[in-house]
Amino acid sequence: MRAFAELLDRLSLTASRNAKLVLLRDHFANAPDPDRGWALAALTGDLVFDAAKPAFIRKAVEARMDPVLFGWSYDYVGDLAETVALVWPARPGANREPELSEVVDALRGASRAEVQRLIEGWLDALDATGRWALLKLMTGGLRIGVSARLAKTAVAAVGPVEVSEVEEVWHALAPPYDDLFAWLEGRSARPTADAPGRFRPVMLAQAIDEAVDFGKLDPADYAAEWKWDGIRVQAVSEGGVRRLYTRTGDDISRTFPDVIEALDFDGALDGELLVLREDGMASFADLQQRLNRKSVTDKMLADFPAGIRAYDLLSDGGQDTRALPFAQRRGRLEAFVGALKTSRIDLSPIQPFATWEELAAQRRQPPPGDPALAEGLMLKRWDSVYEAGRPKGPWFKWKRDPFLIDAVLMYAQRGHGKRSSFYSDYTFGVWSEAVDGSRVLTPVGKAYFGFTDEELKEIDKYVRDHTVDRYGPVRAVRADVRQGLVFEVAFEGLQRSTRHKSGVAMRFPRISRIRWDKPAGEADELATLERMLAQMEGR
Amino acid sequence: MIRPEALLCPRPEGLYCAPGDFFVDPVRPVTRAVVTHGHADHARAGHGTVIATPQTLAIMAERYGADFAGSVQPVPYGQSVGRDGVDVTLVPAGHVLGSAQAVVAWKGLTMVVSGDYKRRRDPTCPPFEPVPCDVFISEATFGLPVFRHPDDGHEIAKLLRSVQQFPERSHLVGAYALGKAQRIIALLREAGWDRTIYVHGALDRLNHLYEKHGVALGPLAPATSTTKQDFAGQIIIAPPGALADRWSRRFPDPVLAFASGWMQVRARARQRGVELPLVISDHADWDELTATVDELRPGELWITHGREEALLRWAQLHDIKARALALVGYEDETED
Repeated sequence: MRAFAELLDRLSLTASRNAKLVLLRDHFANAPDPDRGWALAALTGDLVFDAAKPAFIRKAVEARMDPVLFGWSYDYVGDLAETVALVWPARPGANREPELSEVVDALRGASRAEVQRLIEGWLDALDATGRWALLKLMTGGLRIGVSARLAKTAVAAVGPVEVSEVEEVWHALAPPYDDLFAWLEGRSARPTADAPGRFRPVMLAQAIDEAVDFGKLDPADYAAEWKWDGIRVQAVSEGGVRRLYTRTGDDISRTFPDVIEALDFDGALDGELLVLREDGMASFADLQQRLNRKSVTDKMLADFPAGIRAYDLLSDGGQDTRALPFAQRRGRLEAFVGALKTSRIDLSPIQPFATWEELAAQRRQPPPGDPALAEGLMLKRWDSVYEAGRPKGPWFKWKRDPFLIDAVLMYAQRGHGKRSSFYSDYTFGVWSEAVDGSRVLTPVGKAYFGFTDEELKEIDKYVRDHTVDRYGPVRAVRADVRQGLVFEVAFEGLQRSTRHKSGVAMRFPRISRIRWDKPAGEADELATLERMLAQMEGR
Repeated sequence: MIRPEALLCPRPEGLYCAPGDFFVDPVRPVTRAVVTHGHADHARAGHGTVIATPQTLAIMAERYGADFAGSVQPVPYGQSVGRDGVDVTLVPAGHVLGSAQAVVAWKGLTMVVSGDYKRRRDPTCPPFEPVPCDVFISEATFGLPVFRHPDDGHEIAKLLRSVQQFPERSHLVGAYALGKAQRIIALLREAGWDRTIYVHGALDRLNHLYEKHGVALGPLAPATSTTKQDFAGQIIIAPPGALADRWSRRFPDPVLAFASGWMQVRARARQRGVELPLVISDHADWDELTATVDELRPGELWITHGREEALLRWAQLHDIKARALALVGYEDETED
C-alpha cells in the first residue's frame, strides 16, 4: 500500500506528462504482483469501489476526536479524504500496514459491515499518505490527473512495447493483469486478443505541411473525405457483444444506448460520433450535451440523437480487414453500411478531386450541407493498410484555416513545472459597451501556447512591467484604450456559453501572433465574435 | 501567590515584564529586549539592549550589521541574568541555531516563554528542554490537528528517491534562509548525500555562520554556472521566494520542492506549483504542542500567535486554563 500511496501522492502534484510516465513506469516495473496490477486497474478506472460513503468516514473520525476540532480542520483543508487522513487519531497496537492486494481482496469479498471495521484498522496502521490513498480508493475516483491511456502507455514502457499492443489485448484482460506483466517481462507469450467486442487500436493522421508535402504527393494516390467535427469512435458488435469505444479505448457504451441498439451487424466500424438529425449533422456543442454523462434521460436521447458517420471497416463478419488496402476496405465498407437498416449509421462520402488546387478550393469554400460544418479534410492513401498509431505518410489531416481575432491581454497567470517562473497563461478580452456607454474589455478566452520560448520571455517581461494588481498567482495587466498588449488569437470555433461573461466560448484558442505594433483600442469588438457565431450557427 | 499578569503582560510592542522592565521578542524598538531567536519577526534591529544567546546575537549581527542594538548581553544556554529580583534563564527551544525559551522567575512564580520551538531532533541545534512552570506561553503556528509532521528522514528519502528517478532534472528545494536551509543540508549529509550541494547567494552568510558555530555542512557551491546541464541530477537549496523567480530559469527542468510544515496540505503545495512537498518544519506540530502542554501541566497556558483557537479548545477539553494573547507581528513561515 505504501508504494501505491506514494505514487498517487506524487502524481497528484505532477503536471508534466513525461514526469508522470516516469513515476508510473518505475512503479509498474518495481512493485510486486499482484499489487501493481491492482494499481493499474485503479488508475485505468477498472477498479472502482464505493465501500465507504463520506458520511461513514466522517462518523468514524468524529467518534475518535472532538467534532469541533475536526470541523475546523475540515474547513481549513477543504477535502474530506485529505482531512481525515491527516487528523486520524490512530489507536496504538495496530497491525502492520496492509498491502494493496489485501485491501482489494477484502473490499471485494467482505460484507459492508465487515469492511467498515476493516477500514478503521487500516487507517490505524497506515501513515497520512497511506490513509489518503486508501480513502481515495474506497470512496471511488482517484482524480489525480492520470488518464487510462497514460497508465497504459506507462505499462507498455515496462516491455517496452508500443502502447497500441497493450490496447490491442487490453479488453481480453482482467485485473490484476498477471498475464500482461508476464508478457511484458518476457516470461510468457502475448495474451490472446480474441475477445469478442474488443477494441482495436486506431490509426491516426499526421497534420499536413502544405509547403512541403503537396509537392511530393500525387493526388491520384489519395482519397479525400471531410473531417467531421465529432469524436472518433469504434463501434464493435461481435458474437452478441456490442461496444462503443473512444479512440483511446475507453468504453462509452453506457452513455450511448441509442447507438448500441443500432449496432445490428457483425463487425467493427471506425467512424465519427455525431448528433445526427433528419436534416444532417448537428454542431459539436450539441454532441457535448451527450458526452461525459453518468446517466442518459429519454429527453436527452430525443433532443440529441446520436449516430455514427462511418469511414472505415476493421472487421467484417469475423474477418480482420485491417491488412487490406484502403480502396478494398472502402468498397466493403460501402456494402456493409448499405446493408444496414438504421438511420443512425451513415457513410462518410468520398470527396472527388483531380488536383490539389481543386481540393484546396473545396476546403476554402465547402459545398453546402454537412461539409460546411467540417473541421477540414482527411487524405488517405488508397493503398494504405490500417496501421495502429500515427504513421507518417498514409493519412493526413488538412484542417480548415482557423478563425482569427485581435484581443487584448487582461490577466496573466504563472505556469506550472518548467514554466513556473513565467507568466504564461493569458486571459484576453475584446471591447464591448458598458451600461454607461464607455468601452470596456470583456474576457473571451484563455490561451497558454502558440508562442515561442523567446516570445514567452518578452510577454513575461511585459506582464511584470505592466502589472496593476495581483491575486495570488494571477496578475492583472494594464489594459485600456491607450495601453495594452494585443494578441492575434486563433481558434477553431465558437459556442454559446452561459458560464462565460461574454456569452461565447472559444474552441481550442491559441496565440497566433503578438501584435506589439497594434494599439489596444483597435482590437476587435465583442460584436465581431457574435457575428461569427451567428454565421456558424446559420451555416 | 502573585497574578501572572503582574510578571508578564501583552502590550502592542510585545510581551512586557514590568518588574524586570524588558520585552520578549518586541516587534518595535524598545529599551530592553530579550530575543528568543534570530528570525526576523522575533529579532528586530534598533533596540537599546538585547539579551539573547551568543548564537542569536551573532545571527542578528550578520543580518543587521554589528550596530543592530545599543548594547548586547550574551547569555549562554542554562545561564541566568537578573535584575530587580527577576531572573531570566535561556533554555534550548530546538527551533534553530541559538533559539531559546525565556524562563522568567520572580518571587516564586515561573513563567516560560517558548518562543518558536519544536520537539524533534535537529542536527543543527540542541533539543528543547522542558522546564516545569506555572505558566507556559506557547506558540501555535501549527495549532490545528491536521498538522502532524512526518519523520524528516522519510521526507529526505523522498527527495533522494526523486533525484534518482529524474537524473536529467535538477531538484530545487525552497527552504528558509535561517535554520531550515542548514537543517536540510545537514539531514542530506546524514542520509549519505556527500556531493556538492548548490546554494542560492542569499544563504551564503548564514551557512558560514552555522559552520563557524560547529555545524558541518559539507561541500557547498554557489548555484551559478555557464551551462544548464551542470545542474542535472544536483540538489540546489534556495529561499522559497526564489523558486518561482526568474532566478530559477537557469536550471534544467527543475523539480520544485519546498521544505515547510505548510506542505502538509496538498492545496498549499498546488497553489505554489510545488511538485515535491517536503513536510519538514522547525515548529512544533499539533502532537508536539499538545504533548508538551500535557507533559508540563502548567497552571495556565497562554498562546502567543498562530492558530490559537484550536489549541484553546484542546486545553478546555483537557481542563487546562488557557488564554490567547493574540500578539500581532509574528508571521513565521508564512507563504513567502
